[in-house]
Amino acid sequence: MWSWELFWDSFSALLPGLWITFAATVCGALLAYVLGLVFALIRQVRVPVLSQITFGLVEFIRSTPLLVQIFFFYWVVQPWMGVQWSAFWSGTIALGLHYACYTSEVYRAGIDAVPKGQWEASTALSLPRRRTWTGVILPQAIPRVLPALGNYTISMFKETPLLLAIGVIDIVGAAKDFGADHYSVEEAYTMAGIFFLVLSFPSSILVRRLERRFVKH
Amino acid sequence: MSSIDATEEPEVGAEATDDSANVMIQFDGVVKQFGDNVVLRELDFSVSPGEFVTLIGPSGSGKTTILRLLMTLEKVNGGTIQVDGEYLSHMYRGDKLVPADEKHLTKVRKRIGMVFQQFNLFPNMNVLQNITEAPIRVLGLPKSDAEERAKDLLDMVGLGEKVTAHPTQLSGGQQQRVAIARALAMRPDVLLLDEVTSALDPELVAGVLNVLKEIASTTDITFLCVTHEMGFAKDVSDRVLMFDQGQIIEDASPDKLFTEPEHERTREFLHAVIDRA
Repeated sequence: MWSWELFWDSFSALLPGLWITFAATVCGALLAYVLGLVFALIRQVRVPVLSQITFGLVEFIRSTPLLVQIFFFYWVVQPWMGVQWSAFWSGTIALGLHYACYTSEVYRAGIDAVPKGQWEASTALSLPRRRTWTGVILPQAIPRVLPALGNYTISMFKETPLLLAIGVIDIVGAAKDFGADHYSVEEAYTMAGIFFLVLSFPSSILVRRLERRFVKH
Repeated sequence: MSSIDATEEPEVGAEATDDSANVMIQFDGVVKQFGDNVVLRELDFSVSPGEFVTLIGPSGSGKTTILRLLMTLEKVNGGTIQVDGEYLSHMYRGDKLVPADEKHLTKVRKRIGMVFQQFNLFPNMNVLQNITEAPIRVLGLPKSDAEERAKDLLDMVGLGEKVTAHPTQLSGGQQQRVAIARALAMRPDVLLLDEVTSALDPELVAGVLNVLKEIASTTDITFLCVTHEMGFAKDVSDRVLMFDQGQIIEDASPDKLFTEPEHERTREFLHAVIDRA
């Protein structure tokens, strides 16, 4: 039986979970942005050995489900590395690593889209390779990929409930606990859905605006 | 013709040319091929310091490839190139001549500038930054000196008021004039001009050509220019080289080449270009 009282009560009960979801998304996204760029540069510059390792890692992660990777990182990789991070950090790193493999391909596409003439002009001016990357190529490539990075961030936000599998109490985890405590699940899960909708929808609009802006320029 | 491997030692003496004081650019038996397509066939020619040499010829005859080889944007498949007596495509390791490494290329490349058909300005930088970037980063000039020189050059190309503009805010002709200023800011001994007016609207061509005439007459820079602007070539060149199928088929003063060409192929080409104009 639907209860409006439980529905409104679930709002405050889900707020700590919202904070966890938000923190996992921000930290995971930062990791994905930075690591994705590093992966892309390793492959574009064709760093020996590292380039092949990165290629293998990217293909492995893109070919396996995120849930399996979260379990694998928590139960296999951590013990193998001899570390014991909290479920939150383990899950967030797995999430960031997963999306880094997708953002690396986005960065690569952005770098490839910079006209060949920009490389040639840099060579003609004798600019050092590092400065060509940092001063010429990346400042042109990164703005082009911002909309795609934004879309991946929204996807990441919507996939954080997978961290519940290793015990991270995010919005969905908080809704599950609230439902169990009050013997009624529909109010809290509805509230969780509204949380996701209210945060994702404006973000999607923002990303679409970004896309339009960069298509125009 | 058999292909020549880039790693093969060139068939030249171990010493650079002795008369380097009279030669700024020297091509000796240069071969360039893309796959099976041989673009340059054992090409020999030289350019004296301060000379303005124009390369003309049909598309695909190898003119632009010569500029790209000089700018080290392509590697030779055979033969050698020297700039002011110093090997460009090769270097000495002990007393052996071997293909040049990146460090050697960078050293020689600093003496050469290039202006491209598509301008290739950096769109993420404004006009001043485009011009000062390399002098600061490559030549190590203090920022204030680089900016002062950039402003002088912008005045010279008639764009003194566009210091803070971005390339996208400029017309094609203005962008090309900024590109010329950017190349000159490196104080090159050799300036390569690759069809610098081909991408411009007709009414913008004269502005760019006038700037180049001014530079050619007031500096001692050696120019190698690929163009289809025959009037410009005639006005400004000391020598004109007619190319066909990767080889020079005629090398003459502009007066002679444009009025009494010796080679039938040159006559055909000039007729075709002049009729089109």
